[in-house]
Amino acid sequence: MRHSSRDSWDNVNAIEIRQLRKTYDNGVEALKGIDLTVTEGDFFALLGPNGAGKTTAIGIMTSLVNKSSGTIKVFDHDLDAEREAAKSCIGVVPQEVNLNAYEQIQRIVVTQAGYYGVPRSLAVKRAEKYLKALRLWDKRRDIARNLSGGMKRRLMIARALMHEPRLLILDEPTAGVDIEIRRAMWEFMREINEAGVTIILTTHYLEEAESLCRNIAIIDEGRIIENDTMVNVIRKLQREVFVLTLSETIDRTPELDGFPVSLRNEHEIEVEVSKERSLNELFDALSSRSLHVSSMRTKTNRLEELFMRMVDDKRTTS
Amino acid sequence: MSVVGGSDFAPDVTPAPGQQSQSLLRINAIGLYTIVAKEISRVTRIWVQTLIPPAITMTLYFVIFGSLIGRRIGEMDGIPYTTFIAPGLIMMAVITNSFGNVVSSFFSSKLQMHLEEMLVAPLSYVTIVFGYVIGGVARGLTVAALVTVVAMFFTDLTLKHPLITLVVIVLTAMNFALAGLVNAIWATKFDDISIFPTFVLTPMTYLGGVFFSISLLGPIWQKLALINPVLYMVNAFRYGMLGVSDISIGVAFVIIVAFFIGLLTTALLLLRRGVGIRT
Repeated sequence: MRHSSRDSWDNVNAIEIRQLRKTYDNGVEALKGIDLTVTEGDFFALLGPNGAGKTTAIGIMTSLVNKSSGTIKVFDHDLDAEREAAKSCIGVVPQEVNLNAYEQIQRIVVTQAGYYGVPRSLAVKRAEKYLKALRLWDKRRDIARNLSGGMKRRLMIARALMHEPRLLILDEPTAGVDIEIRRAMWEFMREINEAGVTIILTTHYLEEAESLCRNIAIIDEGRIIENDTMVNVIRKLQREVFVLTLSETIDRTPELDGFPVSLRNEHEIEVEVSKERSLNELFDALSSRSLHVSSMRTKTNRLEELFMRMVDDKRTTS
Repeated sequence: MSVVGGSDFAPDVTPAPGQQSQSLLRINAIGLYTIVAKEISRVTRIWVQTLIPPAITMTLYFVIFGSLIGRRIGEMDGIPYTTFIAPGLIMMAVITNSFGNVVSSFFSSKLQMHLEEMLVAPLSYVTIVFGYVIGGVARGLTVAALVTVVAMFFTDLTLKHPLITLVVIVLTAMNFALAGLVNAIWATKFDDISIFPTFVLTPMTYLGGVFFSISLLGPIWQKLALINPVLYMVNAFRYGMLGVSDISIGVAFVIIVAFFIGLLTTALLLLRRGVGIRT
């Protein structure tokens, strides 16, 4: 691995956005002055409901959308003053499939490398490396049109990696991908992040963000409403609802001291645990009723619940 | 999914400030080669659509206007009619094919959104423009070569001024490749890429002296014909091949170069502002 240089990157911000605004020609104000910093090496989640401004922000970072005002620096390269240097550092996997449908897969990735100045001989080697890594090597002579939705997503990731960027922006990379491939893609993303690549991820699968990302920003109606570490954000969750499967058969809702409970069926109950209470207390309460838990899971994803609450709170306030 | 960690995967180190310009030059040189290779590969891959139809169309022109009607016309400006129209038909093929190649390639990549592959990359706008222009010129000149071979079956072609012939045909191809690019950048729907060729390019070409000398026109129409840039290109090319022209060669070159500068500037400005390609 070419990581001898990594020490010299310490304290460099992969992305530094200041007062970024975007108003479209139709008057829609997509971004209302956002500030965002992503440090190098981070795995960063950028979340928000549909139309919140995520894709606009990514579009501006990748030069596909004109900003109205504000500044963006990519590894200290100003996107206006040092456009080419800044763009060299970024690889992007867009939300919508934007492949040349009638082009061969191998040719697509080799051509993309050429746009970044990668010599053809090296591009051919990298094509093999990334197409194999993303399980597309056997399909290399097929045209993109013949690939499944999941394969197209993986091809776009391989294409974005061909110039080995320092920052990889993934806009809904696992949308429409089945669970097995999605998990494999997560593993792949973890590996490239561990190899030193900064990753900015937008996703609607909040489990994905919680599992992969160390830091998070939530954007809503063109404003950043939360920007913290994933751990701190999850801590803000005031309560969690767990689904418990019991070894015993029950016919009515058990009373557990201080824990709101509801009966799902004769083997399952839902228990709400507030931030102030511990799971030990819950298990003590269950034991006192002679109830034994055979399995346990959260009813909804924690981040999902928090996300919904933050967005709702923000909208209620405004 | 297979593992990339443990291999040599790692991001490139940002070049030192002094190395950056050289590095950008290299990026753009490889980028230009990549665009040109992609464009030429597209033309050769679909050669049945890109190279054969113009050759067939021009063969029909030679058969109908050259052999059948041309025999009754006799001479034009002292030259057998079939020979007179040959440079014009070659130029017509160059114009329509260099324009058509760029407009269809750029617009389809815009429509399928894979133009974004290029727009996110660190390529200069000059590189993108010249990549497409060279692709258009390559197709224009290939078709010109085919039409020239066809023409040789119908008439004896001469080359009075080879250098002028070469410069004019290349500049004309560049001009119309640029015009195709400007059209494709502006265009937002298929109608937009058919309006210009149908209502502007075709009339300009047919009235640009391909089939006749402007000396046949009345004084007012002769003056009006002079606003048509194709007239200068066809006549300069005819001068290069046959040594006859309705227009001064010096004036023709000034007009051709002026159009080139104007179209190049327009294409670069449109790309820089993101007209039709960025929201």
